[in-house]
Amino acid sequence: MFLGVLFSGGKDSVFACRRAMETDSVVCLITVISENPDSYMFHTPNVRWAHLIAEAIGVPQLLWSTRGEEEAELSDLRDAVAAAKKSYGIEGVVTGAIESVYQAARVQRICRELDLWCYNPLWQIDQVEYLRLLVEEGFEVIVTGVFAYPLDESWVGAKIDDRLIRELESLQKRYGINPSGEGGELETFVLDGPILKKRIEILRASKTYENYRGRLTIEEARLVDK
Amino acid sequence: MILIVDLCHKAESLSKYEFVDPIASIVRRTGSEFKVRHFSELTAKEIERSDGIVLCGTPLKDDLRARRIELFIWIRDFDRPLLAICAGMQVVAAVFGGEIVPQPKIGLERIEILKETDLLGPPGEIEGYHLHNFGVTLPSGFDLVAGRAGQIEAFKHSGRPIYGIIFHPEVRNKWIVERFLDLG
Repeated sequence: MFLGVLFSGGKDSVFACRRAMETDSVVCLITVISENPDSYMFHTPNVRWAHLIAEAIGVPQLLWSTRGEEEAELSDLRDAVAAAKKSYGIEGVVTGAIESVYQAARVQRICRELDLWCYNPLWQIDQVEYLRLLVEEGFEVIVTGVFAYPLDESWVGAKIDDRLIRELESLQKRYGINPSGEGGELETFVLDGPILKKRIEILRASKTYENYRGRLTIEEARLVDK
Repeated sequence: MILIVDLCHKAESLSKYEFVDPIASIVRRTGSEFKVRHFSELTAKEIERSDGIVLCGTPLKDDLRARRIELFIWIRDFDRPLLAICAGMQVVAAVFGGEIVPQPKIGLERIEILKETDLLGPPGEIEGYHLHNFGVTLPSGFDLVAGRAGQIEAFKHSGRPIYGIIFHPEVRNKWIVERFLDLG
């Protein structure tokens, strides 16, 4: 089946893409860029660099922009998916949704309206097991945003590895943090992985942090051979 | 041994992660032994040896099960616990002479439990995640457990522990699958 993946460059969309590539043909990566930094549906930091990951995977990217207002955002997503159906002949959409009923139900409705299959291959996955799987399978993922207590400045730009996963597991028990950031606690960006033919090198980035909210914004990056 | 049956249109499809693995994960956490099988590969021996069976849901566009009810005739004689989720409930309804009717619903909605059962407990209200294009009519020999005529949320065979629920317990209602495992 020809599939389009809703693609932000964060770990969930990249891992969902990997799973889709194992069973079906991923023919495009659909990236919606929101002008609203507090977008309801779309991962915003560094999404402008998702094109590098798409190029490294070797699948065309369909870019679509939205003003990021709650309901207009949905109709923009619908238009983006409709454009992917028309341009790439997709028969289904893949998302990286894990727990968010809000996000999953809205994408399901769009797919029903457009007569497309909808796949959520990370749906209800155990979040700690999922992070371990990411690392085991060779994904290099960094934290590009933190938005919850008690995540301090050291998390911004940190690489997801075994030590970080253990720490997230402990924060889950103590503070109810979702280890994979499903509650909006964390945002991530993928630098390398088994489906990337090249890796992403960040040449310049800036960091902001205040009151348990921080961001690493990529300012210059390139693809390098592995 | 609990048999978890994948009803998706083909074995090892991308949908298995979404509709089968979350059920397997709940069963695994309870320590119960289980086996996952695609419906097209089920053998009479596996059915006979199981202590209970879960029929999982499928994606909205997946309607293969509606065309292949003949593969599920064994349910008529099954006398151990059976939990049929969404598409699984549609299969059970069809096997026992009920109808599969258009009734699209997506998202979280309140569910009224009308009748006390070992699976859903006493009457009351819960919130459940729905993802279906079709609902069912109540087959003869079944009791309405939750919802109402024309919008059946759950039913139970009047003489055997065969349950159908149209919503997805793997989302926010994992306790239902855990209670099912205690029925045996």
